[in-house]
Amino acid sequence: MIDYLSIYEKMHDNNIMLTFKGEVTFDLINSMLKIIESRLDMIEGDLKTRKKVYNVLVECLQNLVHHIDTLDPGEETSPYHSKTALLMITTSTDGYHVVTGNYILNDKIEKLKNWLDEINSVSADELRDLYKRILNNEQFSEKGTAGLGFIDIARKSGQKLIYAFQPVNDRYSFFSFQITIPKNYQLASSK
Amino acid sequence: MESLVLQPTAHTPSVSLNSESGVFEFKGRSTPENSVDYYDPIFKWLDQYVSSPSPKTVVKLQFEYFNTSSSKCILDVLKKFVKLHNSGSEVKIQWYYEAEDDDMKEAGEDYSDILEIPFEIQEIP
Repeated sequence: MIDYLSIYEKMHDNNIMLTFKGEVTFDLINSMLKIIESRLDMIEGDLKTRKKVYNVLVECLQNLVHHIDTLDPGEETSPYHSKTALLMITTSTDGYHVVTGNYILNDKIEKLKNWLDEINSVSADELRDLYKRILNNEQFSEKGTAGLGFIDIARKSGQKLIYAFQPVNDRYSFFSFQITIPKNYQLASSK
Repeated sequence: MESLVLQPTAHTPSVSLNSESGVFEFKGRSTPENSVDYYDPIFKWLDQYVSSPSPKTVVKLQFEYFNTSSSKCILDVLKKFVKLHNSGSEVKIQWYYEAEDDDMKEAGEDYSDILEIPFEIQEIP
């Protein structure tokens, strides 16, 4: 039998608030947001931090859903069929960590990587200007996305976007994304 | 024309657009799955209103959360009022944020920077 105790202990030690691996649907996202929101109400006293975590989570989840929309219709039978994704929310003394993971077609990596690097390379003020420029100028897709998600995640968290692309085969890689929402808003105000 | 009233849900705001009083309110959350679909009837209603507006229009926005896809729709809503303002109507935009919610305050400032229209940003009293 699988060592479930060790799985449980690992989850406990890593302070996992929620973890999910499977097909991401809008209903599922809503349920997860509801769970996390009520958990945050219990454990996080600082309104600012609570709102930031919720906001970042909304954008991370929307990114996953949007990614699914870009799938090839013929890919359903592939083991890397990316309607399934990984989501993990953990806490530590530093803050809240949101992790997502999904398969991505190799030829889409470069564009995404350049975009994430660009966001990571600019200052907070430049990020704000970039956000305003895209908000005001870019045409949105039918689903109403325009690449503002990652900028918003970076702005709200004030942190760099951490990511990795792990090669799987000649068509697919696994895209992992991690963002931390620091708890120091609360510490700063209680000093 | 008839007023437009939309009840809030867990993912959409309460919307109250009163053509007689000219008082328009958006309040709560805006994180729908498809923002464009959600805001479409609001855009259509506003296009009609702009053609025969009340002498004075006050737009109150009090969001708790909104996602980035709603942010574009909110901008497009506000642009309708800029059009009204530019045609000589009296229009006032009031953006409210919860005490300490600097992110929502900043979001109001972003809109104010983009739009050339009287724009008040204030804490919820």
